[in-house]
Amino acid sequence: MVDSLKEVDSRKLTSVSIELKNVTKQFGEATAVNNVSFSVQEGELMALLGPSGGGKTTVLRMIAGLEVPTVGDLFIRGERVNELSVQERNIGFVFQNYALFKSMNVFKNIAFGLKVKKWKRPERKARVAELLTLFGLDGLERRYPHQLSGGQRQRVAIARALAPKPSVLLLDEPFGAVDAKIRQELREWLVTLHQELNVTTIFVTHDQEEALELADRIVIFSRGTLEQVGTPREVYEHPANEFVARFIGVMNVLELEVREGFARLGELQFPAHGQAEGQKLRIGFRPYSVQISSDLNQYIYRAVLRRTFFLGIMLRLELELPSGLVLRARMTKEEYAQQALEDGRDVSFQIREYRILARESGALSPETEFIHKAQPMIAENI
Amino acid sequence: MPAIVTNHISAVEKSERATEESPFIKWTLITIALGFCILFLVLPLLNVFVQALGKGWAFCWASLSHPDSWSAIRLTLIVAGISVPLNVLFGLAAAWAIAKFKFRGKSILITLIDLPFSVSPVVAGLMFVVLFGLQGFFGQWLDAHNIKIIFAVPGIVLATVFITFPFVARELIPVMQATGTEQEQAALTLGANGWQTFWHVTLPSVKWGLIYGIILCNARAMGEFGAVSVVSGHITGQTDTMPLRVEKLYNEYNAPAAFAVASLLTLLALFTLGIKTLLEWKQAREYRKAVDSR
Repeated sequence: MVDSLKEVDSRKLTSVSIELKNVTKQFGEATAVNNVSFSVQEGELMALLGPSGGGKTTVLRMIAGLEVPTVGDLFIRGERVNELSVQERNIGFVFQNYALFKSMNVFKNIAFGLKVKKWKRPERKARVAELLTLFGLDGLERRYPHQLSGGQRQRVAIARALAPKPSVLLLDEPFGAVDAKIRQELREWLVTLHQELNVTTIFVTHDQEEALELADRIVIFSRGTLEQVGTPREVYEHPANEFVARFIGVMNVLELEVREGFARLGELQFPAHGQAEGQKLRIGFRPYSVQISSDLNQYIYRAVLRRTFFLGIMLRLELELPSGLVLRARMTKEEYAQQALEDGRDVSFQIREYRILARESGALSPETEFIHKAQPMIAENI
Repeated sequence: MPAIVTNHISAVEKSERATEESPFIKWTLITIALGFCILFLVLPLLNVFVQALGKGWAFCWASLSHPDSWSAIRLTLIVAGISVPLNVLFGLAAAWAIAKFKFRGKSILITLIDLPFSVSPVVAGLMFVVLFGLQGFFGQWLDAHNIKIIFAVPGIVLATVFITFPFVARELIPVMQATGTEQEQAALTLGANGWQTFWHVTLPSVKWGLIYGIILCNARAMGEFGAVSVVSGHITGQTDTMPLRVEKLYNEYNAPAAFAVASLLTLLALFTLGIKTLLEWKQAREYRKAVDSR
């Protein structure tokens, strides 16, 4: 059964499925996508990630043919498709709210693409039956969309998109419309499905955690420009710029000034060899880089453990320095227990590794943001 | 234990009473509403049938099958048969344009669609006379080419189309706006062409609104008096529609015959109302079924 589904994509992983070359899209005066180039390998699971308004959905819609690039070229399997209509591109598109046909039941929804492509009735029936089983929708074929749960609707939408055996599956915020618990199930299910079918899949998300968890590679957008393309590990460990560094994962961001060879903020100081006196620096470090000990003499800095957040196996800690600065740290439950830590306790800590995010002789760019301020774009959980 | 139960019940009663008027006010209001309906709607309606059958079934049938009445019935059916499909086409196009596209002058278009509702039917009729009448704007040209619009069937159709213009569009616009364009886009990504998308996706999703609009449009097309009266010229056996025929018979002091034709029109109205109620009931049932099976 799965064999015939694999026909969707029998090519080797090495060939290029989709390529964007210097693509720009303007809506009137506004530039939604600015000179973007990247390619997607055959069989890859790719995430387009960025804050809302970043242009990622526009990119997805251009690949589908629902929008036409203002400038630049778009290739699917080596063929330039700029002028090709939506119908001719052979893509499967899953809309954010699924856009199931309300007046059709599950069977007819999934069969629609086959019907308009003039598949014969027995083949149509066989294909739908195959997809119903694969997607765990058996017994629901007579139901109408409003009679389905959110998760079922999403599965119907994906089954419908995959029915005509598209060369690419495009998903716009696939997990936006379901609640948190189902979201996790669906994520795991999507990965399994992708492994089974091996169809090139691109999904749009604003949730960095989702992108890191699911994707083979991630394309990160902000304000219409491409910031970085890379594997989850690459973008997490080697962010190309400050935006990526701060967008992916949680980061403590501090703004410091160089005085007497050290970049300083309150009691914190970082070696700053060769930096001019008075220069402003912005550095960032991940919560896991903060090492904490209940032994006050083990590390150089002192702080009070202000609050502990329990997130399952990992704990998030908030340290308050004597100067009032608040830092985020991370620790396993075991280590926390070993150190006999508790809220309100004095601790010592050090910062194991950090990176310089920005460096300017005058004032820093306006992105300045201290950790005790809200960081709305940065999600938790890494 | 029993005391608690009693307490509980009285608490419920109290909370219900808190949001309700006293029985006196409630029944007074119901009586007024019902009485008003009976006095002004049901009784006159019944009277139509009583008058129509006052001289027996035979007379009623004779009045209806009189050649002039028969011609009026036929003309009414023809006019409705032309103007309803035309306005279905127009209504679909207008609703589609308004709901699915962004363009300048959209609000003007919406206002224009409502125009026939706000203009008096007599004025609407006069408008066409001024345009197409012998002394009118195109009058000379039409006369020279031997085309008759005013005091002929085309004029009646024109007036009826104008009057029934808004019904289908008005019903469809909110439905289409609520549906949005995502389903259509989904159909396109699945390989459907424009026609397939319209036929399989758009039309089914506005089905109820469309049927409802057609019913209202048809009822008005058959019943229109004012505008048609101005453009028809009242030529017995040629340009009389049913409402005009009723008036003419009545003015000729042939009340029983007038009521016979009127009863036919009334039956049509009741029939339409019946279908409308049935549709609403069916729709509500479908909705309930959908909610229940969740």
